[in-house]
Amino acid sequence: MEGVLNQLPIGLSIGAVLLLIALGLTFTFGQMGVINMAHGEFIMAGAYTAYLLQGVGFLVALPAAFVVAGLMGLVLERTLIRRFYGRPLDTLLLTWGVSLMLQQLARDLFGAPNVQVVSPAWLRGGLGILPYNRLFIMALAVLSVLAIWAYMHKTGQGRRMRAVMQNRRLAATSGIDTGRVDQRTFFIGSGLAGVAGVALTLIGPVGPTLGTYYIVDAFLVVVAGGLGQLRGAVLAAIGLGLLNSYAEFWSDASLAKVIVFVAIIGFLQIRPQGLFFVRSRALT
Amino acid sequence: MTAVEAPAEAPPVVRREPRRWQGPAAFAAVALLALVVAPLLLEPFRLGLLAKYLCYAIVALGIGLAWGQGGMLTLGQGVFFGLGGYAMGMYLKLHDAGGDLPDFMVWSGVEKLPALWTPFGNPVFALAMAVVVPVVVALLLGALVFRQRVRGAYFAILTQALAAALVILLVGQQGLTGGTNGLTNFFDFFGQDLAADETQRGLYLTVAVVLGVLYLGARQLVRSRFGRLLLAVRDGEDRVRFLGYNPATVKTLTFAVSAGMAGIAGALFVPVVGIISPALLGVVPSLELVVGVAVGGRFALAGALLGAVVMGYARTYFSEELPAAWLYLQGALFVLVMTLAPRGIAGLAAGLVRRRREAGT
Repeated sequence: MEGVLNQLPIGLSIGAVLLLIALGLTFTFGQMGVINMAHGEFIMAGAYTAYLLQGVGFLVALPAAFVVAGLMGLVLERTLIRRFYGRPLDTLLLTWGVSLMLQQLARDLFGAPNVQVVSPAWLRGGLGILPYNRLFIMALAVLSVLAIWAYMHKTGQGRRMRAVMQNRRLAATSGIDTGRVDQRTFFIGSGLAGVAGVALTLIGPVGPTLGTYYIVDAFLVVVAGGLGQLRGAVLAAIGLGLLNSYAEFWSDASLAKVIVFVAIIGFLQIRPQGLFFVRSRALT
Repeated sequence: MTAVEAPAEAPPVVRREPRRWQGPAAFAAVALLALVVAPLLLEPFRLGLLAKYLCYAIVALGIGLAWGQGGMLTLGQGVFFGLGGYAMGMYLKLHDAGGDLPDFMVWSGVEKLPALWTPFGNPVFALAMAVVVPVVVALLLGALVFRQRVRGAYFAILTQALAAALVILLVGQQGLTGGTNGLTNFFDFFGQDLAADETQRGLYLTVAVVLGVLYLGARQLVRSRFGRLLLAVRDGEDRVRFLGYNPATVKTLTFAVSAGMAGIAGALFVPVVGIISPALLGVVPSLELVVGVAVGGRFALAGALLGAVVMGYARTYFSEELPAAWLYLQGALFVLVMTLAPRGIAGLAAGLVRRRREAGT
């Protein structure tokens, strides 16, 4: 019984990390039709930012990683992805090329072996079965989701973002500078991946291929949650995180991913467009 | 919705007047080169490498069908390649063990041959399974996914997730699959010594002939009524549905054919290279195969083949000469191809021919 309970914070914190990663993916995918495989390398960039800022303080690393990863995303969007709008499959392959180069760059800069980021003292220990580091990751995700929600629903920029996501052409004809909105979305989405990277330093080592471990699962969150849906991403991420950790607990680690995959395929039989989607008369 | 699946820069489907002798002549020339010239000129090591690339070319042919002709970007061909490879590997392992347990099982403390392995002692069964298992998996996945109109990027993501899951499964089931090391140390191939140059040459010729036959088959498929339907599904799935066809069936069948090809390639790969392991069939190798097809030109079957062979050579050359630079180069090459030449080498060549023809007339 205690084992079952122990899995809960693990599952929830993995879900929280997946959520931070998937938010960026679901918005760039939903709004611009871009499948960004290099998103995983933004996680890695955030984690290495935390590694470099170890002496400065952990709380400084969070905004720093947000900005570093966000700027990387912005550069990628401006230089390459912009040319590929409306060709999602091509962006997938394009950004995979970028991701290869970024991984090699990390290898050249920081060396191929993993590095360890020392967790701050106030995150060691825990409350009963709830380790502080995992609690902190969950809190981080909750705060991020609240911030994103407030941004989308309470600010002018957020309103324009939703407008572009729902109907790009109509938004453009209404005078919205869709290019600027795209840039902002990309910056924020990539920045969140950087924050996820910092969070990951609390539960494991950092290496050049850190992002590749999470990117596939994060995409599954997007698929299951529905395109560009905040609610969907939250529920799907928590569900996937828990499913992952309990499948590992009850079967063995090697079967867990297969179970998750089968579960996702099964889920798509009931809701092929994900948990939530915008109803429209357009052909699906 | 904004994520419209636009057929990226697909060349217009035009019936140009073909010069009837050109295609067959080119095919005959390439066949002569592959079957006669290459075995005479290349030393055994290089011939082995070429055989390996031709195995990848078989997978590429399947990707060309599914992605180039059918618009289904499959990032999980490594799965089918691996299933074919493991089927063949299991037979070879059992054959070499000659009634005993395969070596890796002894090392991981397995005492009795697992029931899953027993029938693979029969070569006919193993060879059949190398095709049947990938086809069945693809049929199942395709039917479940395409029926629900899950497509485009979603499909790509799902196939990628399948590749990731299979690798973890294979690594985890050490006693059953050999874990990270996979299946290796094969000695005897249907009574031939696998290390002998003669055997390797025979294997090379086998791979080349299989590739040629499959290429002709795929070309015939593309030119058939079914092939036209496939193109139509790629470019306007909804219209095809309104015309009374079921696009899900067309896509599922094509996906299964491409999976079968990958399975055959995997089964041939094992005796040629002497190993099948999770590292050869995960997310990255699956994507690399797609990269090859994109570089060669996804809209032409011959382009897909060419791309796989070119990428294979480039990888070997650069990882021999400049190992650190290879990832940069591969990434950069990919970015360049996608940005400047989305139709790949075949597209560039076709453009060149067209320009010359227009300049000539």
